[in-house]
Formats: sequence, structure tokens, C-alpha cells
Amino acid sequence: VTLDDAELRELVPQVLSALVRRGADFATAEDAVQEALIRSVSAWEQDPPRDPKGWLVTVAWRAFLDLARSDTARRDREVRVDAEPTTGAVPSADDTLHLYFLCAHPDLTPSSAVALTLRAVGGLTTRQIAQAYLVPESTMAQRISRAKRTVAGSGLHRPGDVGTVMRVLYLIFNEGYSGDIDLAAEAIRLTRQLASSIDDPEVHALLALMLLHHARRRSRTGPDGSLVPLVDQDRSLWDGHLIAEGVVVLQAALARDRLGEYQAQAAIAALHADAPSVEETDWVQIVEWYDELLRLADSPIVRLNRAVAVGEADGPAAGLTALEDVAEGIPRRDAVAAHLHEKNGELELAARLYADAARNAPNLAERDHQVRQAARLNQVLRRQDGESGPRSGDAAPR
Amino acid sequence: MAKYLFLKHYRGAPAAVNDVPMDQWTPEEVEAHIRYMNDFAARLEGTGEFVDGQALSPDGMWVRYDGEGKPAVTDGPFAETKDLVAGWMVIDVDTQERAIELAAELSAAPGAGGKPIHEWLEVRPFLSAPPMVTE
Repeated sequence: VTLDDAELRELVPQVLSALVRRGADFATAEDAVQEALIRSVSAWEQDPPRDPKGWLVTVAWRAFLDLARSDTARRDREVRVDAEPTTGAVPSADDTLHLYFLCAHPDLTPSSAVALTLRAVGGLTTRQIAQAYLVPESTMAQRISRAKRTVAGSGLHRPGDVGTVMRVLYLIFNEGYSGDIDLAAEAIRLTRQLASSIDDPEVHALLALMLLHHARRRSRTGPDGSLVPLVDQDRSLWDGHLIAEGVVVLQAALARDRLGEYQAQAAIAALHADAPSVEETDWVQIVEWYDELLRLADSPIVRLNRAVAVGEADGPAAGLTALEDVAEGIPRRDAVAAHLHEKNGELELAARLYADAARNAPNLAERDHQVRQAARLNQVLRRQDGESGPRSGDAAPR
Repeated sequence: MAKYLFLKHYRGAPAAVNDVPMDQWTPEEVEAHIRYMNDFAARLEGTGEFVDGQALSPDGMWVRYDGEGKPAVTDGPFAETKDLVAGWMVIDVDTQERAIELAAELSAAPGAGGKPIHEWLEVRPFLSAPPMVTE
């Protein structure tokens, strides 16, 4: 049997659950599973096992016993379990589910919950997680072991709620990808696994939301990494299979008639995915979903995105009125204001706002994009009044 | 090998020769500049001399401890007259000459009119760990 990386990683939470069920404490068991994974790399190259999971359980169990015995402080608690387990035991789906909740423990910070979830449920190595988040491996190792101490110290009986689990998965998805690990794909895999063992329309809607956004990923950036706005995206690059799956999953969730914020967000994503162009998008329905979303979970980001949708549905003046409900200083507010003022024909104001948006941009791709917008409008303005030479403004070169 | 820090300033450096704000360039000039900067970092990775680089937001503040049990003192955003670092790059090169050569290349990034910006960059050698052999 040869397993690819994803298949191997799917076994990780099952092996970990098997150890925990046999009485191993979570923190030590998690270290033991990592150890077994590392050993599997060289051992399986020579001699791939017929039952990879059974092999991992056996090796992880031995590693656990070694770790537990070598840790005198823990000996009294842990050596009560030193019988060799029978291999091939199948933990139930509930055991894996319990791991999700443990990793989203309410005492953990978001960054700790993310790291622990990726390792204990996702089966990634510390090195891979460190690379994905661009921090040194030793920093990530410390973050994970502190997280495990927190979980162990506060008892296993108060795991996080499903809302926290979903927020953790959404955080992982939003990180996109850097390095070898595609965090968005990993988040989808974990959410799919969660959805298969929990009966909650919001979890299914989160999966739909991820699928619908992932489907559009290739069109979102140019070959040089530059940001491509929705209006300019090549929709032929959108993944029709992922969109179809996302829509089916979402419809099943909506049919349950228990509306929640992820369902509203996924519905908006589905309406975008369904449209052949920005002009042919059902903006009126999108505004209705934003109204629903505001009712469910009011936030400045929702208000900002709603203002964009209102600008498309009812015209830029209406969009600008909607923008008055968004506090100054919210990230990307200047960018939205610039866009609406440009559509409203106020080019000089729009150019100034694009330059402001570049200065306040939260990332480089966004900054470059807003500088391009400012440069484009300023060129239009120079041509209009026949001037040449610089105008006032102070967007610094990067 | 020796490490050097290149500091790029939003404000506080002597004025560049070709000192036109970026939003006043043509879109093509903006593209050419971004491409030059990306290529520069990629080329240094290729030669094994690139260590790290980051851009910084112009928003920031000064922070100072104000005594036990008191909230920290903050001052910001930065006054318009203050020196303001826009970003940094760390390189690891054999000689100071090489560090200067690379900084000059970075300073030659194209700006308005497609001409080099001739921007002033601050180049700072790292203080390194003491060597094994000292005598």
C-alpha cells in the first residue's frame, strides 16, 4: 500500500484518537503521533505496510510509552496504560470530531488554535506549519507545545463550541497559501471531514463558502502576483466543478431552514459564481443577502461590502449613502469610496482617495493595485485638462 | 559573509533626483517599477544573497513604558516631519563593495518618465557574533 500525503494525513486524527481512547493524554499522544509520522517516512520507503493505520497506531503507541516513561513528572498519571493495543482498531467519527473541539479550546488564542488544529487534526508537521505562516520552526514548536499545555491544564471536558471550530477553519482558509502547503485546500479538506460527521447547516455552508471562493482563486491574481478585481477576472478560469459542488452543498443547507451567517455569506458567493459578468450579476439579491447578514452578524466589513453591492444595484450615489454607515479608518474603506466616487464621475476626488487607499493598504498586492488605480485616473485627468507634469499628491514609491 | 540592512524611507532621507509621487506616474511607469522591484528580489534569491525583506505600513506610533500598573504611553501617528521607514531588505554578501553595488541597483529602480529614481537608501552593516579565532 502506498499512500499519498493527503491520505496519510487523513489517518493522523484517527491514530491520535486511538491513542487517546486507550488512555493516553492528548499532549503526549500528539507528540507520539508526530514521531510515528516521521519514522514512517524512512520505514515505508523500504517496506510499505499492508495496514498503514495499524502500523502508525502501533509505532505511535510505543513512542507514547517511551515518552510517558521518560517523563518522570507524568509517570504516575500515564503508565497505568502500558498494555500493547490491538492494531487496526477503528475509532469512531466522534473521536475525530472531539479532536476538532479540543483544538478549538476556548482558552486558546486564534493563532494557537490554528496551529494545533493543523498539527493534531490536519497531520501537518511543525516545519510545514512554520513555513506556511512564515515563522521560525522553533517559534511554531513553542506555540504548539504551549497550546497543548493550555488544553491539558484546563481539562478535556470543556472543549470549544462548533462556532469556534468554524472560525479556526475559516482563518486557515483565508491565509491562502505560501510555501509548500496550500492552506486553503487543507482548510477545505478539514471542513469536509467535519461536515461529514456533524449535522449542522452552518458547517455545510462554511464548506460551500470555501468551495465557491476556491473555485475563483486562479482568476484572482495575475501571473506576476498582482491583484485582479472581480470586474476584470477571466471567468473562464473559474472551476465549474467546485462551483457546482458548492451550490449543491449550500442548497441542502438552506433547505434546513436554520439560517446562519455562513449560509448568507455562501449565498452571496454563489450569486457571484453564477453570474457571467459583473453587469449580469443579481446585485439586488446580493444586497438582500447582505441585509440578512447584517441582521445575523453586523460588522464593519459586512457594511463595507454591502455599500459596494448597493452601488452596483442602485447606483454609486446610493452606494455612497450606504458607505456613510461605515466608520472611518476601516480597512479598504478608502478603496470602496474611491471606486464609488469614480463611478459617480468625481474623478479628482476618486484619484485622491485611491492614493489614500494605497497608503492605508493592508498588504502589498492591494497597495500596488490602488497605486495603479490612482495612476490611471491621474493620467485621465491630465489628458482632460491638457496639463503635463506632476500634480499634488504624496503616494510614496514602494 | 556579512549581512547588511537596506532601509528605504517614506520620509527623512535626502530627496531623490527623480522625486515624483508614484500616483502621478503613468500606469506603465508604475508597472515597470513594480516589475523591477520583484525581479531584483528574485535575482538576489537566485544568487544566494537574499535573506529577507518586508514593507511597512506608514501607520505607526511611539510606545513607552510608564511605570508599574500604568498603561503604556503612546504617541502617534508620526508627525509629518519625522523620519519614516517604508521597508527593509536584508542581504548576506561577501564584501561591502557588493552591498553598495546592490543598494545602488535598487536605487536605480525606474520611476516617473521611466528614468531611475536615484533614491537614497540607508545601508547598515549588522553587528555579527564574535569569531572563533580572535588572535
